[in-house]
Amino acid sequence: MGQENRRVLNSLGRSVPTFIDGLGAFDPYRGPWSRLEGGHERTHFAPPLKGRMPQGSKVTPSLRQAIEASGLQSGMTVSFHHHLRNGDALLMAVLNECEAMGIADLTVAPSSLTDAHEGVADLVRRGVVRQIHTSGVRGAVGKAISRGEVEVPVVIRSHGGRARAIEEGSVVIDVAFLAAPACDPQGNMTGALGPSGCGSLGYAQTDARHARHVVAVTDHLVPQPLRQVSIPQYLVDQVVVVESLGDASKIATGAARITRSPVDLKIAQDAYRLIAASELLAPAVSFQVGAGGASLAVAAFVRDHMRQKGIKGSWGCGGITGYMVQMLEEGLFEALYDVQSFDAAVCQSLARNGNHIEIDQSWYANPLNRGCVVHNLDVVVLAALEVDVDFNVNVMTGHDGVLRGASGGHCDTAAGAKLAIVVAPSFRGGVPSILDRVQTVVTPGETVDAIVTERGIAINPRRKDLAEAARAARLPVKEIADLKKEVEALTGVPERAEPDSDRVVAVVEYRDGTLIDSVFQVR
Amino acid sequence: MIVQVAQAGTLESSDCLVTVSPAPGLELEWRGPSASLFAGRNRSLVETVLAEKGLEGAKIIVQDQGALEVTLRARIGTALDRARKGANR
Amino acid sequence: MRAILRSMLYIPGNSPSMIQQAPVFGADSVLLDLEDAVALSEKDAARDLVAAFLKTLDFGGQVVTVRLNGADTPYFEDDLRAVIPCRPDAVRLPKCSSPQDVRSCDALMTELERKNGLEPGTVKLHAMIETARGLSNVQAIADCCPRVTALTLGGQDLTADMGVRKTREGTELFTARCLVALAARAAGIAAFDTVWSDVNDNEGLLEETRTVIGLGFTGKAAIHPGQVAWIHRAFIPEPGEVTKARRIVEAAEAAEARGKGVIAVDGKMVDAPIVTRARHTLEMARLAEEVL
Repeated sequence: MGQENRRVLNSLGRSVPTFIDGLGAFDPYRGPWSRLEGGHERTHFAPPLKGRMPQGSKVTPSLRQAIEASGLQSGMTVSFHHHLRNGDALLMAVLNECEAMGIADLTVAPSSLTDAHEGVADLVRRGVVRQIHTSGVRGAVGKAISRGEVEVPVVIRSHGGRARAIEEGSVVIDVAFLAAPACDPQGNMTGALGPSGCGSLGYAQTDARHARHVVAVTDHLVPQPLRQVSIPQYLVDQVVVVESLGDASKIATGAARITRSPVDLKIAQDAYRLIAASELLAPAVSFQVGAGGASLAVAAFVRDHMRQKGIKGSWGCGGITGYMVQMLEEGLFEALYDVQSFDAAVCQSLARNGNHIEIDQSWYANPLNRGCVVHNLDVVVLAALEVDVDFNVNVMTGHDGVLRGASGGHCDTAAGAKLAIVVAPSFRGGVPSILDRVQTVVTPGETVDAIVTERGIAINPRRKDLAEAARAARLPVKEIADLKKEVEALTGVPERAEPDSDRVVAVVEYRDGTLIDSVFQVR
Repeated sequence: MIVQVAQAGTLESSDCLVTVSPAPGLELEWRGPSASLFAGRNRSLVETVLAEKGLEGAKIIVQDQGALEVTLRARIGTALDRARKGANR
Repeated sequence: MRAILRSMLYIPGNSPSMIQQAPVFGADSVLLDLEDAVALSEKDAARDLVAAFLKTLDFGGQVVTVRLNGADTPYFEDDLRAVIPCRPDAVRLPKCSSPQDVRSCDALMTELERKNGLEPGTVKLHAMIETARGLSNVQAIADCCPRVTALTLGGQDLTADMGVRKTREGTELFTARCLVALAARAAGIAAFDTVWSDVNDNEGLLEETRTVIGLGFTGKAAIHPGQVAWIHRAFIPEPGEVTKARRIVEAAEAAEARGKGVIAVDGKMVDAPIVTRARHTLEMARLAEEVL
């Protein structure tokens, strides 16, 4: 099957297809702002309006009957959210049911795939799933895609990019199956309550507004009215009650803890010092950090700084952790914008604290709406699998070229923030993290201001002001090429194998919909 | 030529476990997630250590847990010394 | 090489994951430990590993020292033979009980330095005082050999040797600390205090470090990277102290420029030791701002 006709080099020198059978035409990436400048208008995709007879019931007795009633057929597109993290059982339950009903060739467009979705690899092999749109892939699914088992290239999108794709109609969802930790019979739902409480349903909100048919699936049906509503009833076609939405221990996770790794703490401390040197840690600062390793630890240093200097920030956003909630409760922020809760420890806050604001995926990061939250970020701290001397960041593929990561809000926040800092150990498992060319670009170096490692800080040459401030603060600033050499003196220079095949197994969309990179088949 | 089977190192991260046994020439087996990334280097690194120890051959199995070059060299050296001394480990 | 060593971070000699990161934790000096941190069966492996890292790793501006196995062990000579050619800044000799212990070590070091084309005395010796006898000979140990540039107090072994319990308050170490600091100051060399073993009690570490600085110690050992910053914090002079020191040093420099021997600040005469101490205070203030 001739899946791709032609490839061109984009402005980063990456080879990307201009047309993919089954997906259509793509523009190559031309810089982070190529579709933002100029202010021209596009059509906003809208789902059909439908009426219902008064006094009817939306509750459907089983998943199978709900699928039947939704009109789902082979070849259609289904969507899911991944707010239940590694505990989600709904995606697999729906797809298995589809298989049992003889529905095949589905396009699956979840907000992301997690460890709970390993079974998708087998569903691909059995023909139930034919295409995948996602932010992340891991484990068996990543391997299956990288080996070329999915016929049509997988489209990797950032959170903002996904909202944009859905709103502009690049991805048209036929049926959205939305896990609803608490739901009333009319379909009003929230993620902040119930035994499978997960926090924000930000990604699901986007699906609910654009899918042709919306099925709410809950293990906690409450009488109307549910007073905390994340997705309102008028967007929901059916309500299905199941025994359980998944593994509670993996859904209701405790608050993420600050790392105790001395290397991660060193990296975090230097990242914090760089933020302080930038003078952005001022009253009304807005801020985002990730949940992992060094990234969350930066928040601990920032928190101490804000407390000591009596600085009150404006807002924090993104994936929200219990740690950020503590900062909100201490009055270090006015508000939190929560598109996705990284740990279920935030549920209470989301349910009770009016300053903990649930936002949808488009509000969070869509570059082509009339203004998303990340576009007003002061500081973001992001992780990386690998970076290169042009400051490009890979968070998608491992050094064997296999898909094993998630695009997430990485490129969205990097583009939006005044200061985008990438934190990474200079080597992992004996393999250097700084390369001449990252395997897969997810976030372009044009939007990354600094890379902080335990062995020094590299500052993007575009940011001479930042380099000057960092040097004045006596931070260990190094040229990125020197830092790379220093690390290679310890690790040796890895011999990166050329891809085994010219076949594109996945494309990485930049947030604006242009293609920033391709992922090639490996053995 | 070494006379014994010997080991050095650990399976902790950033370390490696090296097992050596007598063989007329170099037989190298490298295990670990980054083995293919450093295939060329690994062979020449082992050859250098063997030459430094004045040895012509040995069967060497390296379970690489993400060790730096300096660690790999030291562990291989220790294993060969132990095998040569006949320390039965 | 740094002149002032506030902290000395212990790094287990058989742990590649720790040694490879030794330069990044901001300690003024590191101690690669071949002794207590290494199992008897792994002495050879640790020795090979430490030697290999000494030869290749860039420790930046850090002072690098190696703790040997005791002179009474079968590992001592092999340790020295492996380590001296790699030219660490110093080796630490555990359980120094008499000047003779130091002199024997010095003699072997000199021999090995010559053999390896190094100027005798290149590698310094830090004498570890951790026996009652060593403590009673501490001044003689400090004075016996120009290679000795530091005394280090080993609190765990010393309390064991004394048959007393080590406590959080450290009353049992009070005399030992006074003697070690006094001997070091008299000999014009550095004095390192023993480790603070509770890695979860950094406030206690800060307090103890302040106390030992008050007794005359120049630095303190750390057993966890997280302790380094807390030790350094104890060395930060008070802002008022810094202002005063700056005025004294400025006055001294002005007097020097005018060729005058007498220094006066606010109409009061200032002695040379006060100027030295003021300079030290300014240096500590400078180090406090430094980010490694």
